[in-house]
Amino acid sequence: MSEIATSAPRAAAKQKGHRTVMGAILTDPKVIIAGGFILLLVILAIFAPYIAPKDPLEQDLMLGTLPPVNGSGYEPGYYLGTDDLGRDVLSRLIYGTRIALTVAFVAAGLAALFGTVLGLIAGWYGGWPDAVISRLVEIWMAFPPVLLSILLVAVLGSGVHSVIAAIVIIDWTRFCRVIRAETMGQAKLDYVTAARTMGYPKLRILIREILPNVAPVLVALISLEMGIAVIVEAILSFVGLSVSSDTPTWGGMIAQGRQIIYQGWWVLTFPLIALFATVLAFNQLGDGLRRALDPVLQR
Amino acid sequence: MAEPLLQAKGIEVTYGNRRRGGVKVLHGIDLSLDRGETIGIVGESGSGKTTLGRALLRLVDVSAGEIRFAGQDITHLDDGAMRPYRKRMQMIFQDPMASLNPRHTIGQILGDPLRFHGLARSGADADQRIRRMLDRVGLPSIVLGRNPHELSGGQRQRVGIARAALLEPEFVLADEIVSGLDVSTQAQVLNLLKGLCRDLGLAMAFISHDLSVIRAVCDRVTVMRNGRVEEEGACAEVFAAPKSDYTRLLLDAIPLPEVDAGWLKGPEAA
Amino acid sequence: MTTPLVSITGLSAVSLREGGSPILRDVSLTLQRGEVRGLVGESGAGKSTIAKALLGILPRTVKVTAGEIRFEGRDLLTMPERELRAIMGSEIALIPQDPQTALNPGRRIEAQLTDGLRLRRGMNARDARERALQLLEEVHIRDPERVLRAYPHELSGGMRQRVMIAAAFSLEPKLVVADEPTTALDVTVQKQILRLIRGMQEAHGTAVIFVTHDLGVVAKICDSVTLLYGGKVIEQGPTASVLAAPRHAYTRALIAAGPRYDRPDAGLEPVPQSVFDQLQAELAQPFSSEMSHG
Repeated sequence: MSEIATSAPRAAAKQKGHRTVMGAILTDPKVIIAGGFILLLVILAIFAPYIAPKDPLEQDLMLGTLPPVNGSGYEPGYYLGTDDLGRDVLSRLIYGTRIALTVAFVAAGLAALFGTVLGLIAGWYGGWPDAVISRLVEIWMAFPPVLLSILLVAVLGSGVHSVIAAIVIIDWTRFCRVIRAETMGQAKLDYVTAARTMGYPKLRILIREILPNVAPVLVALISLEMGIAVIVEAILSFVGLSVSSDTPTWGGMIAQGRQIIYQGWWVLTFPLIALFATVLAFNQLGDGLRRALDPVLQR
Repeated sequence: MAEPLLQAKGIEVTYGNRRRGGVKVLHGIDLSLDRGETIGIVGESGSGKTTLGRALLRLVDVSAGEIRFAGQDITHLDDGAMRPYRKRMQMIFQDPMASLNPRHTIGQILGDPLRFHGLARSGADADQRIRRMLDRVGLPSIVLGRNPHELSGGQRQRVGIARAALLEPEFVLADEIVSGLDVSTQAQVLNLLKGLCRDLGLAMAFISHDLSVIRAVCDRVTVMRNGRVEEEGACAEVFAAPKSDYTRLLLDAIPLPEVDAGWLKGPEAA
Repeated sequence: MTTPLVSITGLSAVSLREGGSPILRDVSLTLQRGEVRGLVGESGAGKSTIAKALLGILPRTVKVTAGEIRFEGRDLLTMPERELRAIMGSEIALIPQDPQTALNPGRRIEAQLTDGLRLRRGMNARDARERALQLLEEVHIRDPERVLRAYPHELSGGMRQRVMIAAAFSLEPKLVVADEPTTALDVTVQKQILRLIRGMQEAHGTAVIFVTHDLGVVAKICDSVTLLYGGKVIEQGPTASVLAAPRHAYTRALIAAGPRYDRPDAGLEPVPQSVFDQLQAELAQPFSSEMSHG
């Protein structure tokens, strides 16, 4: 069998490279850098009390608006300076990862769960379930998202639960639309027909055959959604609709920094950089994971 | 055995919403296939040959007519009622890459159906059957741990054949299974399929656009055009003396590997 | 003996994507004016790579390592970009495999057929339209006025391929490269298209490089044939002689592997492993082991 003979070296070459999914993920520099950054944020969030040099809430008006390292009037120990109330910017930034990541993981996870389940049902079963779900998505998407989230939080009351609920209620449609289309595309392929010729029940085909092929897109979407959730939380904090003001958040810090931008640019700048880097990392991670998880694109 | 294994009577298939005037792609097709017999279904694009194949396997619904398998009317059985018939009628696909789940290993692709239909007494029994079948189709057992994209086109098509044959069906539908393969690979795959049909007593419907391939593989042939049967009969007769002008046109259009200056100047095709 | 239209000598190329593995090995062939040459082989034989090299559209992942492609004596590989562009489309034209994607779906046939005439031949709109109508008639399109107004999706596959043939011959090229032009078509349409290409070629005295995997098609349309395997020329010569008296075991095996409706007991013979072993051994040799017919 010549075809086996000729394909053997290629297969052997693959053995050395990334045979496993984990292997593929860990050889993609995008995934390593972005994933590493997010892992760092997770560690900062969990161990904030041990890592943060100061108490993020401790005010000292004598130490108000101190510049970061190398600025004139720098106070040792306050590496990124202080805000107008004398609170340590670095410590507040570190504590701020807690809210940002909680919202990112929980909101994106729940939005993905609802959206994916509805998207799979609509895409696979078609008929009236698809009609109902699709109309619902269309109506939903007619609302301007930021206004809707502000409205929702205003109704639900402020707090991290409301922020999460608002994101899930608005953003499940993203998952639903993409997963529905992806499911319909997969359903046209012959491996699904093959599964039907085996007599597998519809639900089994959906879960065992189609879902694994939809997974790379889903993972990428979840990662993107985490970035979006971080931004939405920052926006709501910025307008004072997220958690109470005594919990440090990046959005809250940005709002505060905006008011004293001429006295202390660092109060605004560092949370903005943190926000920017986090969202970028989530986006890059999503893109990298999608490639790494796709068995055909791997080559 | 007087009754044919598979029999279609006057089947029609309409795509789209019938009330709003869908497109009728099959206009009353009759077809019958005995046990162990191989029938070729040939036609050009738009002839309805693929739809006919899928209707026989109840993968598309028929709007009129009757399909009987082993004496039973299966025309309107629901998914659950069809299940016992599924392992008795199998399919091999045109594009082996698309027909193998890219995220499953070859081991899963071959093993899942056996387990699902309870055909193996134990895990070891399933394993043994799979290895015997791999051997039969000429694949090394290392492919079991591989994913479809790691195999060559010919190897994938062997997996597709193994998957169908493992369930020990009575009928198999082969839909354009060699159109994407090189000539040298095509000969191997077709010989393998012929051998399996003979050894397992399989009845086969072999869909192809290539009359030469059908001549090499089938006992009988059905020539289709625009959703109707143009001609039907034993290969030996149809190829030697086609009754339909259309069949003759198809035969004349096949370029044989012999220099023939008159061929291009022959009768104008419709 | 006059200078050949195309002469390829010692052309070798590697794929940069697969770690520099060779995709063309020391390929030489000559094409006379008005000759129809079949480039035939199974997937990976290198037949499309040669066609792409002739058209100056090699992908960036392919690097030519040795050899030359002379078109009327000038080497296409070392020619300045400007001169190459002047030749392509005008003196060397393409009939693509898939007329579906080769035509711009958003422009009418008229616009696509007259572009070349206006830009390369300096015709005005009315003359170009007249010429386009003539060309469509020449490729046996019954209602050329309607086709000129049509968008590609309004035409059948066979009609689109006729339009592509009209376009390829519109600038009176000296060489037409036909890249598997009938692979996607039904056999009855294939026969019409083959007849048309042969007819146009004879009427215009154009040379044709016909890329295909089908020895039957070669037999019917090509004057001569070059059989490739793994980027190497295995056998070449006049079609009648190569098919009737093949000298290489691989050529013989390929002919025996194809099924034939007229001989049910012949055909379908798998290519023996010994032939593949022989091919592998020949690929490893640096020098040409080609079987050529006079």
